[in-house]
Amino acid sequence: MSFLEISHVRKSFGESPVLEDINLSIEKGEFVAIVGFSGVGKTTLINLIAGLFKPDSGALTLDGLKIAQPGPERGVVFQNYSLLPWLSVYENIELAVERAFPNWPSARKRQHVERYIGMVGLTPAREKRPSELSGGMRQRVSLARALAMDPQILLLDEPLSALDALTRATLQDEISRIWQANQKTVVMITNDPDEGIYLADRVVPLTAGPGATLGPSFPIEIPRPRDRKTINHDPRFKQIRRDLIEFMLKSRSKRHIAITKKLVLPDIEPEDLSRPRRIFANRRARRRAEIKEELVEVQ
Amino acid sequence: MSDYCELSNLTKIYPAPQGPAVIVKDFNLRIAKGEFVTLIGHSGCGKSTVLSMLAGLSEISGGGIILAGKELDGPGPDRGMVFQSPCLLPWMTAFENVMLGVEQVFFTASREERREIVEYYLSVVGLGEAMHKKPAELSQGMKQRVGIARAFALNPKMLLLDEPFGMLDSLTRYELQQVLIELWRKNKITAFMVTHDVDEALFLSDRVVCMTNGPEAQVGEILSVPLPRPRERKAVIEHPDYYSLRERLITFLEERAHRKDIDPSPREGRGRSRWRPVLERCATRSPSSLNGERAGVRG
Repeated sequence: MSFLEISHVRKSFGESPVLEDINLSIEKGEFVAIVGFSGVGKTTLINLIAGLFKPDSGALTLDGLKIAQPGPERGVVFQNYSLLPWLSVYENIELAVERAFPNWPSARKRQHVERYIGMVGLTPAREKRPSELSGGMRQRVSLARALAMDPQILLLDEPLSALDALTRATLQDEISRIWQANQKTVVMITNDPDEGIYLADRVVPLTAGPGATLGPSFPIEIPRPRDRKTINHDPRFKQIRRDLIEFMLKSRSKRHIAITKKLVLPDIEPEDLSRPRRIFANRRARRRAEIKEELVEVQ
Repeated sequence: MSDYCELSNLTKIYPAPQGPAVIVKDFNLRIAKGEFVTLIGHSGCGKSTVLSMLAGLSEISGGGIILAGKELDGPGPDRGMVFQSPCLLPWMTAFENVMLGVEQVFFTASREERREIVEYYLSVVGLGEAMHKKPAELSQGMKQRVGIARAFALNPKMLLLDEPFGMLDSLTRYELQQVLIELWRKNKITAFMVTHDVDEALFLSDRVVCMTNGPEAQVGEILSVPLPRPRERKAVIEHPDYYSLRERLITFLEERAHRKDIDPSPREGRGRSRWRPVLERCATRSPSSLNGERAGVRG
């Protein structure tokens, strides 16, 4: 049996099914990225693994034990950071350590907190509150907090989606470095196929909902450490990227129907508004309106 | 092809307490009629400033812009703008939002013709069925489709796009890029886009202009994109030149990135809103009454 085992999980809210027949096995130490469109149930899936939701049917097990509620053996990093605004960087992490290791002597706890602040490079900002930090730094705190609980599995729920491209790239490298140092099992949710391919051992696409399910796994056999620039020459990278994007876009377009429709487009030039308006102007179309046949998507 | 839009020695200076801050200096660019040019650079480098000067939303401190033989002075409907957030009026339906501009520039056309124009563009972007819904009932991707239809419906001389898909997830972004490129192919409107997404720049443009980092930002490198048109996602990423072009742009952006601090303090996205950090601080600042609680947690 694998380390994390998800079998035949189904989850619905009210009438409409969100996730249907989810099956996934993750080995210990593996980095798996789940890629999907926004709004298809990616966060629902991570909440199921975190134990924040219960599945309608099917089961999730971690290390042979059934997941029934949230616990410190599963560390979660949320997209919106979820830090306590009135606590400093140090205190936010301390709070988690306090919960996870209540029996440790205080010196050991302090050392532990400081080690993780150092790991994400925030030692100079340890006394700052979240409001004094940039988005990238807040997400580092959130990552340090999850890691400091020394969880068996790390769940990352779109950790970098709210950041700008530059900060995102820096943090991707950071996550990659920390993962290689710790060799924790990681499940990351993302909407960016490139991010998944760059970081993970295996990318699993989530098809477009409603009733989303997992598609075939794409193992990424690109050697680490990976480099964002030279990866562009790797034929494996090109192949996976093409297949993954195609799979994702196809899963969505199946839900859309395109029809050919006759539409009218009058052939009129826009007026120049910088000139004074002529009240009695009643300009006709230059030609008879054109009837166009267009391929139109129906949502 | 002759120059259609010419930006010569364009300069933007903001007054600041420490003396004037030169954001953009001597920015020179010529755009041919029917060309799609993209400006790429990191957030805060001044690329949005160039765009808003072109849109007439930001005053020009030095130099000038000529569009179709006329010097620009202030905003106007001859330039259709697609913003990062679609900025739709929430109390109006998608149809009414597009009609708002159409009524202005086609005031001499008949009511019937105006309706046809609006219906044509909304149908082509895939909103034929959702035309009479209010923005609150539309997904983020659908709202941005309305934004695109609104800009094209004015039949502008030039299309300006300010990180048009920056708020969407990567996969929805791919779909909307396809919608945009199809519409652009039919209309051949001269387009100028600002983005930091390398794949987006390559997929859409004829030329990619790399901007150096501010202050005193200017044109760095210009890359021609020789990918054949009409473009389709799969064919583009299979093109033998695609990944070498991609690597060149990523290299340019990374080199720029290392010139400044890796993780800038909360000034990311400065170009868009200088007030964001202030607003954020107001929103997340804990009330002073929490100070007592804070001490309590500590003790």
